Amino acid sequence: MPLDQAELVAAAKGGDREAFDELVRQTYADAYTLAYRLTRNEEDARDVVQEAYLRAYRGLGRFRADARFSTWMYRIVANCASTALSRRSRSRHDDLPDDAPVADDRPEADPEMMAEATILRDRVDEALAHLPARLRAVVVLRDVYDLPHEAIAAELGISEAAAKVRLHRARRRLREQLFPMRGEEAARAG
Amino acid sequence: MPAESNLTMTCEAVAELLPEVVDGAIPAPTAVTRHVETCLRCQAELVQYRKVLRALHQLRTEVLEPAPGLFTDILTSLEGAGERRAIRSLLRQRRAAYVGAIAGATAAAGAAGIIVLASRARHRKLRLAG
Repeated sequence: MPLDQAELVAAAKGGDREAFDELVRQTYADAYTLAYRLTRNEEDARDVVQEAYLRAYRGLGRFRADARFSTWMYRIVANCASTALSRRSRSRHDDLPDDAPVADDRPEADPEMMAEATILRDRVDEALAHLPARLRAVVVLRDVYDLPHEAIAAELGISEAAAKVRLHRARRRLREQLFPMRGEEAARAG
Repeated sequence: MPAESNLTMTCEAVAELLPEVVDGAIPAPTAVTRHVETCLRCQAELVQYRKVLRALHQLRTEVLEPAPGLFTDILTSLEGAGERRAIRSLLRQRRAAYVGAIAGATAAAGAAGIIVLASRARHRKLRLAG
């Protein structure tokens, strides 16, 4: 019977390398998914995940027994992705500034289609890809992975107030992109 | 007639607050609740925010398939880190051993010097007495 994560963490903390490998096996796809959602780039996501597990391995002694390993990994992945994105933005300038209009190349909005949750979910995923990385990080960590503002701020190296402002902007941008109102459509067209 | 004409908050002011209150983490101010209850435009916008939020929550259940080889790559990098740590630990032990040996040799030399000096002093005293 496979050991649960708490038992594996306890064994890994005691120096059992195989226990840590098993933790990696159980969580790496989830960690990769988060890394990809933050970086939107497969290569970067792979690098982020590798770096995150190295940091987790080195910092396992600091992991609190009452926390969930997966949540702890999300925080490390978020931190590594933030570092990777800052590096990337220094070398490439592919991020849109916060207030730049987002290109809308989707087909005409169909209210019936939008009612279908699966389609909306796919469109939300696509809309996330169009968000600037710093807004995307906050909304993904808060609204998809349910991390508290405090943890998000700590891992992204920003204040809690800044995290809240970015979340506000990100939600508004997603809503505007997915359900543009008359005035917003005109503003985007102009 | 604009929807907000008989309410205390404007639609624009309410719209500004909706992204914050949509998840219920912060209770919506009474004025916002009262406005939304009677304003179809703001009700529609709130529903849109809720749909976005629900779709975001649904993303959590999706796990992407990483490209093959990622698991092996992670284990390899951990292996490398483990080996580097073992080498660093070995070097630390050796350094400690060197420092210990030097300290021991210094102490031994010091003790020998003291014995020699003490011995010479005793011989000198015996010669003077004789």
